[in-house]
Amino acid sequence: MAIEVRIPTILRTYTGGAKSVEATGDTLDQLFTALDAQHPGVRGRLVTEEGALHRFVNVYVNDEDVRFTGALETKLSDGDSVTILPAVAGGS
Amino acid sequence: MLTIDRATYDAIVAHARADHPDEACGVVAGAAGSDQPTRFIPMVNAERSPTFYRFDSAEQLKIWREMDDRDEVPVVIYHSHTATEAYPSRTDISFASEPDAHYVLVSTADPQTESFRSFRIADGVVTEEKVQVLP
Repeated sequence: MAIEVRIPTILRTYTGGAKSVEATGDTLDQLFTALDAQHPGVRGRLVTEEGALHRFVNVYVNDEDVRFTGALETKLSDGDSVTILPAVAGGS
Repeated sequence: MLTIDRATYDAIVAHARADHPDEACGVVAGAAGSDQPTRFIPMVNAERSPTFYRFDSAEQLKIWREMDDRDEVPVVIYHSHTATEAYPSRTDISFASEPDAHYVLVSTADPQTESFRSFRIADGVVTEEKVQVLP
């Protein structure tokens, strides 16, 4: 099943400049693995070595921040849209 | 160099003062490729903290979509430091992910005089730049 993934500027080096790509997966975790097969290296920018979602990115499935819907275990359905944005944060 | 109009400059400082002692944050959008910050967008600091800021993720998605639809980019990404100087912290640098943005820092540590500085942050390297305020 095809899921549209919107890629932020900072990660478009992995997608040959594409703003949006398609991949498949039943969960976000599977989707990111499939995405990495097409665009090697991109998963490492989204998922830590410990297997958690990176704190430097926000990921949304149809407008919902996945931190509130099960993070990498969030279920996906055909036609869902995934948006990745860089988290904007900092501190003094 | 960051070129910014007086009204937008003043709006950023006023936002920083209003949220003091918490950090304030937001963006100034501008047409893609123009490097001109024209649309001031104050944002919620989801951390509501004097030492940390984070854009609210739902608000950020809404604003980033809006910019996309209008063919705009975040020309300026600003936040305040409320007890320290207007210079990017280690956390600021680790999160900086828009190499084309002007990262503006305002310090409200001094109640009388604010400090307003602009930086480029790319690949962990901070470069301060001149700020030109247009009347």
